[in-house]
Amino acid sequence: MGFVFYVIVALTLAGALAAVLLKNTVHCALALTVAFAGLALQFLELDAQFAGFAQILVYVGAVAILVVFAILLTRGSETPKDGVFSRTWLAGLAIAAAVFAVLGWAVLGSAQALPGPGGARTAPPTVTVLQIGNALMSRYVLPLEIVALLLTAALIGAVMVAMHEKAGTQ
Amino acid sequence: MFANLDQIFVLLKQWAVGWLPASWQAAAGVLLCVVAIICVFPGLFAITVLLERKGLGRMQNRYGPNRVGIFGILQPVADGIKSLTKEDLVPLSADAVVHFIAPVFLVVVVFMGYAVLPMGRNMTLVHLDAALLFYFAIGASTELSVFMAGWSSRNKYSLLGAMRAVAQMISYEVPLLMSSVAVVMITGSLSLDKIVAAQNQYTWGLPHWYIFTPWGFAGFAMFAIAATAETNRSPFDLPEGESELVAGYFTEYSGFKFAEFFLGEYVGMLSISGLGTTLFLGGWSSPLAVLGWVPSWFWFFAKIMLSMCVYIWMRGTLPRLRQDQLMNFAWKFVLPLTLLNLFVTALWRFMGDGWERWLVCSAILVLAYVVMGRTGMHRDHLGARRYRYAD
Repeated sequence: MGFVFYVIVALTLAGALAAVLLKNTVHCALALTVAFAGLALQFLELDAQFAGFAQILVYVGAVAILVVFAILLTRGSETPKDGVFSRTWLAGLAIAAAVFAVLGWAVLGSAQALPGPGGARTAPPTVTVLQIGNALMSRYVLPLEIVALLLTAALIGAVMVAMHEKAGTQ
Repeated sequence: MFANLDQIFVLLKQWAVGWLPASWQAAAGVLLCVVAIICVFPGLFAITVLLERKGLGRMQNRYGPNRVGIFGILQPVADGIKSLTKEDLVPLSADAVVHFIAPVFLVVVVFMGYAVLPMGRNMTLVHLDAALLFYFAIGASTELSVFMAGWSSRNKYSLLGAMRAVAQMISYEVPLLMSSVAVVMITGSLSLDKIVAAQNQYTWGLPHWYIFTPWGFAGFAMFAIAATAETNRSPFDLPEGESELVAGYFTEYSGFKFAEFFLGEYVGMLSISGLGTTLFLGGWSSPLAVLGWVPSWFWFFAKIMLSMCVYIWMRGTLPRLRQDQLMNFAWKFVLPLTLLNLFVTALWRFMGDGWERWLVCSAILVLAYVVMGRTGMHRDHLGARRYRYAD
């Protein structure tokens, strides 16, 4: 947790704040990408290569592009001058705080779940990509398959929805 | 002596770094390697551009550049000076910040890919356990730069070009990754060093390159198609289709920013050729056991320059695809074949060392190729062209 950690934290927070505070939606999406990249760097800084690269590949490479496409294809990128304000911002704030609390609780609780005396105070285990691959293909193969099935179903569902719409307009 | 020649760059680096105090040596070594990469590949870019302009000229029955220097070999220098001295225009309505960041981001990202490519024996900058994953993660971020360029220009042609480019790059990224997974399945590692080491063996003087296996050949063909599309190269250069979109996503770029896009495109091509070489063509290993004395870096650079020549050749030969053909080709032909190739690779892995696996794997792939090609041809009515509106 040295100097690099704080630089990455500053980058991530700046990106996330900009994503919320900027007025232009495409700028927000690009700022969100900075936050994603900052998280990826954080994973790499913690020596979690697989998680870091997967974060870049999935979030910077795919999710950010998806967000940007969605913005451009739905309403046009021109936003009103005074920005977009939701009337239900209080509920949104509450939900965000609740999600953050649950995540924080889970992270803090995971220290006790680690094997060894004193929980997280022992040396962190070194996990290579090979071990992750082996675990995914042996112990966790069933959850992996279920997730794959779910994603395929979602993909087919999305295609069906799009096809239906197209048939309706013709 | 040949061993020294093979390691000449490594020895030079050690010699240069040796002058510094011990605590600086590691950082200085890395810095030196980075500088070397940043110098060598733009140099190759200049050579490639000249080769392309001369080669295309020959293919189109004209001379190509022949005025600057003897045989026009100083043309890249003239081009460089021209783009440095040209006025840098930013459209009034453009988003100036994003417009500026896009080309810089592209060049940075493209150069990062070289960090993990093994360019010769002991010549990898970063030895990552997940090098292939790193490469693809970095490669995926180039789409963002293309989008930023197209969107920030506030020009409909730029935006259309960017949308085309992003759609194309996303579509072809899937087969690109899938065809590389086959190599990972056989090698059992994501490390590019280990992938090269696995191919650097010889039987009867012939190398164990993956392209010389049925799944490797099919995988390489798919990889080459996807890589061409991924770098927006002809015949997949719709994002910059001059007849429709002026110049696509970099229409509004001039001067050095345009040069940055140009550099990014060619350095990206060199980089993905390097990856293809590493995955399927044995990386820095020599094509024959008897030629083992030739320095390893020579083979790497010879192979990527050969791929550049193929790129140029394809550009001079093939017509551009149409957008729907491009998408259909990706999702209905290349992707199913790469998925089948994964299955064939698994068969190859578990069928033992006999000759049966050669027969079975080749038969499945050839059959699938023929059946898919034939049915696709019939469904799309690729016979004589019928004109619906102009008749």
